[in-house]
Amino acid sequence: MAFQFWKKKKDTDPAVQATDAAVESPSATQDHEELVAVDLPKRSARNAIKSIFSRIKFDVENLELIEDTLIQADFGLEAASEIVSKVKDLAKSRAAKTNQELRQILIEVIAQGLEHPAKALNLSSGATPYVLLVVGVNGVGKTTTIGKLSNWLAQGGFRVTIGAADTFRAAAVDQLATWASRAGAKLVKPIQEGQDPAAVAFEATEQAVREGADVLIIDTAGRLQNKSDLMDQLGKISRVIEKQVKIAEVLLVLDATTGQNGLTQAKAFTQIANVTGIVLTKLDGSAKGGIVYSVQRELGIPVKLVGTGEGIEDFSFFDAAEFAAGIVGLEEA
Amino acid sequence: MFGNLSDRLVETFKNLRTKGKLSPADIDTTLREIRRALLEADVALEVVKSFVTAVRDRALSDEVSKALNPAQQVVQIVDDELVQILGGEQRKLVFAKTAPTVIMLAGLQGSGKTTLAGKLAKWLKEQGQTPILVAADLQRPNAVNQLQVVGDRIDVPVFAPEPGNGVGDPVKVAKESIKHAKQKMFSVVIVDTAGRLGVDKELMAEAKAIRQAVNPDEVLFVIDAMIGQDAVNVARAFDEGVGITGVVLSKLDGDARGGAALSVSSVTGKPIIFSSTGEGMDDFEQFYPDRMASRILDMGDVLTLIEQTQKSFDEASAREMAEKLAKDTFTLDDFLDQMQQLRKMGSLKSMLAMMPGAGQMRNQLENFDEREIDRTEAIIRSMTKAERLQPKILNGSRRSRIAKGSGMTVTDVNSLVNRFEQAAKMMKTVAKGGVPQMPGMPGMPGMGGGFIGGRGKQKDKKKGSKSGNPAKRAAEDAGRTLGEKPTGGSGSSFGLGQ
Ligand SMILES: Nc1nc2c(ncn2[C@@H]2O[C@H](COP(=O)(O)OP(=O)(O)OP(=O)(O)O)[C@@H](O)[C@H]2O)c(=O)[nH]1
Ligand SMILES: [Mg+2]
Repeated sequence: MAFQFWKKKKDTDPAVQATDAAVESPSATQDHEELVAVDLPKRSARNAIKSIFSRIKFDVENLELIEDTLIQADFGLEAASEIVSKVKDLAKSRAAKTNQELRQILIEVIAQGLEHPAKALNLSSGATPYVLLVVGVNGVGKTTTIGKLSNWLAQGGFRVTIGAADTFRAAAVDQLATWASRAGAKLVKPIQEGQDPAAVAFEATEQAVREGADVLIIDTAGRLQNKSDLMDQLGKISRVIEKQVKIAEVLLVLDATTGQNGLTQAKAFTQIANVTGIVLTKLDGSAKGGIVYSVQRELGIPVKLVGTGEGIEDFSFFDAAEFAAGIVGLEEA
Repeated sequence: MFGNLSDRLVETFKNLRTKGKLSPADIDTTLREIRRALLEADVALEVVKSFVTAVRDRALSDEVSKALNPAQQVVQIVDDELVQILGGEQRKLVFAKTAPTVIMLAGLQGSGKTTLAGKLAKWLKEQGQTPILVAADLQRPNAVNQLQVVGDRIDVPVFAPEPGNGVGDPVKVAKESIKHAKQKMFSVVIVDTAGRLGVDKELMAEAKAIRQAVNPDEVLFVIDAMIGQDAVNVARAFDEGVGITGVVLSKLDGDARGGAALSVSSVTGKPIIFSSTGEGMDDFEQFYPDRMASRILDMGDVLTLIEQTQKSFDEASAREMAEKLAKDTFTLDDFLDQMQQLRKMGSLKSMLAMMPGAGQMRNQLENFDEREIDRTEAIIRSMTKAERLQPKILNGSRRSRIAKGSGMTVTDVNSLVNRFEQAAKMMKTVAKGGVPQMPGMPGMPGMGGGFIGGRGKQKDKKKGSKSGNPAKRAAEDAGRTLGEKPTGGSGSSFGLGQ
């Protein structure tokens, strides 16, 4: 892996972990804090992504068919026709003709549109606690994602604290508590029901700093992006955190089934909370989440993580090439 | 960005309306726009294709060329076809001949089943039923808790013999719940099930087993209005896997265009019965296919609006109000009275959202603060009788007294008086037939414009920012759209503009 994650060195940590020699610890520039490299367990979403093009045998004459298929995967009209014209251009310039060659080109074009220099989760600066603020509309998988992510980070030796700033939905805190205990993370709960979520976020941040947590993840209530009072509330949550610690990532969770409204969601949440990455959930279903292509195309926000099930391990980093190869498929026709 | 599907089609039809006779080329241009609008609205591609073909066939037929106004006729065809796909007539919930009626909920993860279960139970309870909720989602962490909390809130019992979080057999729970309901004489059993994917064979089989165990009168498939192209696959999978009897469209309070409504109805042929429109337990309505089509065509959901209005708006007082308006004796007392009437109708927001042309102001509506009514009330209550009857006498010193008395600022009082005058003026226009008459509700557009204007101003003031008032502008735009609505045509939804 080209990137390296760092956490604070604790007394309990083994002497010095072997680190990738090519990557220099940021502690070199932050002399007061000693950091240890973290290896997260390897996970892949490869098997979760099924091809949508398996029924088409590509040839130079039927490239138009690609557009329809992309539309059916929620890429959106504009993105779909842009992809098709890129594929046509490349096919022409490379004189590509066979099904395999053309598929390869399509994979390349899609992967290129989803590649991003900052695709890794920002857990590398050394400025702990890394605060991850998780946002999104109702029911997309925010809480589940936090459970999976906490577990994963904990497996890598990160000390994780979770802030339960969804003080609104029925039993939301209990749900998060269940995940926190599964993952072995600390949970900062509201002191009373319906407490101001910003206050919970503030306390969670304070506690994470005080206790020297490596990562703080804040769960928030699902909110539809057209409700300005709720969006203002989110703005407030992010401000109170930033008063204490700079937020490392604002992760917008998008459900792969989401259609064109996903772009509207990304725009609205970015405006309020400066989204730095997308978590694409429910990729284990029949939906492909093509809207993320438009999100990156228009807003430059990369997909960082994917959810592929309801289990605690059904989760991985997003790999553009793997994703593109998955949906295009390379099987013989 | 492009507007809603409604806005988009209005845009398309605007061009169409300006021409007299339609050539096949005109029709094709229009259909291209419709195709595009529908795709942007997330209507599934296969549904779009058949829709466009159906419209083209009819539009090219004699029907159109012989019609008085061909453009209107195309609009009418689009409307007809939309209604047809959405399920034609409105369908009511089916009740069992002998209690209990069993309603099973099914859908993808996160589609809003649990919240809907609560809303449905509350709605049924208000109709004199005695519902019980069944916690058969034993999968998602704390789904059982969530249902219990929801049940507590609406004071409906929850049958939850298993803790959930992976523990317990949902089929068994479902089966037992029916026995329990019979014993305890509950009239409706609502079974909340775990969210599952259409491609998950095992879980689909489980849903089918639950269905067989409870033998439901309705299997409601709950689907999120934000879903994209996958709606067709998911709907098919549930229809084939579990067998659904009806559909509930959730999260319609968002700004998604809801093309899924068309997709799902079209591939399953099952009617959409309810729409779920918010996180509150009352944010729930029956679904009306013809009105949804009208809404798609930006005709506004006027019928629902009228119905809700009539429920709580006292007709006699409404008529009296209309007379007052005509005679120009509308006072601040009437203003207050009318506002209280409005409050009785429930959420002003959701009412306004149904207005014709509301597409453009949908987002402003979301931000409308109902507390504005409280503030207005406080101010008017601090006025003397004479002041309420004759707002003209409100000079500076009276205004500052009122401000003190109501705990508001003089600016608040001033803006209320302005809004009153504006509302009175706009309502007079309405009373004179300036915009379509809506039975039982004089001057809704004026009132809406007034209120929203008030809130907008306040917000601007708070932030000390820009001049101008976007909400008011939107309201005015909406008014203009009203005026531009196509007239003629014989379909129910076209009768309003005449
Ligand atoms: N199949 C599948 N289901 C998922 C995935 N991620 C989450 N879910 C399910 O989606 C549903 C909603 O997940 P939550 O984590 O509660 O979503 P949320 O965004 O926190 O919801 P609210 O807080 O209510 O807005 C649950 O049933 C989860 O089990 C995924 O990757 N695949
Ligand atoms: Mg949650």
